[in-house]
Amino acid sequence: MSFRPEHELHKRRFSRNLGVGLTLAAFVALVFALTVVKVKRGDPMQGYDHVVQPSSVPQEEAQP
Amino acid sequence: MSETSAYQGATATPYEPGFGDYVQLLKPRVMSLVVFTALVGLLVAPVSLHPVEAFSAILFIALGAGASGALNMWWDADIDAVMKRTAKRPVPAGRVQAGEALAVGLGLSGISVVMLGLATNLAAAGLLAFTIFFYAVVYSMWLKRSTPQNIVIGGAAGAFPPMIGWVAATGSVSVEAILMFALIFMWTPPHFWALALFMKEDYHAAGVPMLTVTHGRKATRAHILAYTILLVPVALGAAVTQVGGPLTLAVAVVLNAGFVIGAVRLWRRDEVMAQADNYAAEKAFFRFSLLYLFLHFAAFLAEAALKSAGLGGW
Repeated sequence: MSFRPEHELHKRRFSRNLGVGLTLAAFVALVFALTVVKVKRGDPMQGYDHVVQPSSVPQEEAQP
Repeated sequence: MSETSAYQGATATPYEPGFGDYVQLLKPRVMSLVVFTALVGLLVAPVSLHPVEAFSAILFIALGAGASGALNMWWDADIDAVMKRTAKRPVPAGRVQAGEALAVGLGLSGISVVMLGLATNLAAAGLLAFTIFFYAVVYSMWLKRSTPQNIVIGGAAGAFPPMIGWVAATGSVSVEAILMFALIFMWTPPHFWALALFMKEDYHAAGVPMLTVTHGRKATRAHILAYTILLVPVALGAAVTQVGGPLTLAVAVVLNAGFVIGAVRLWRRDEVMAQADNYAAEKAFFRFSLLYLFLHFAAFLAEAALKSAGLGGW
């Protein structure tokens, strides 16, 4: 397998493509960081795994 | 036919806009003022955000401002080409197509509003969307070419960032946010009219109905003085609210005294005097107006820092 030589158009657009690429990478990193912060600061959550979890049962139902 | 093969037959190499050309569409100098005032609005608010949320809020407010700048460049390409101050902008200079500026503006508007809403709250996102609409449609498309009061009402667009910063942190508008808005709103007319006094030919050539063009320079000088006097109670009022304190009040008194003295000086001058010293007083007033706004917001920030250290504030 051989690499095709870089086209002149790609050379001309290199700075623009690099800028767009880095911006998108930074955006992805920011969205990830925001997600981590939001999840950590959000209300406590538990995934449903078919096991009775007394902590998830409302107080009124738990008490006879 | 692929894009590359289409270019192979071309005889002359077309100009390829670089990343920097697209950044120029966002008016980076205006964005720096937006970042600063929004940051102050966010930091002086009584509710603090997580640093990542705060950073995101400022970034997307700035991006929204940049998007409205790109929409403005798309719409105003014809008059930008005529004015010396704006002729080198990417669209009139031919480096970026007008359609590209529109696409960048619309795309970034959507991204900035949605992301600000996700990062902070819907009220802040709604306010940002309104600001973009106000600058691009109300100011650029409607007021700028139709009334000499264009920058008075259009100045609201530049005044929203500290309020958006405040709302991003607190989720609601308060008297402090309104006064920070009013400070920039009332400051904008004297600032731009001083610029118009010594950039006379530009606005004349473009046919933009600036006050200097429609009502003459004597009336403009009177308007500068009137707005500068009206600005005083707003600035002092902001200094006695929760975001102010003794330091802010002292800074406001000094800055407003200087601004009023400068405005009176302009009011007492005529064109003969101005041309004799190449608009030295007008240029000095314009430079001082930049310092005026920067120091006012820096004082709010300093007061907040003092308060967190147990000093400052009322």
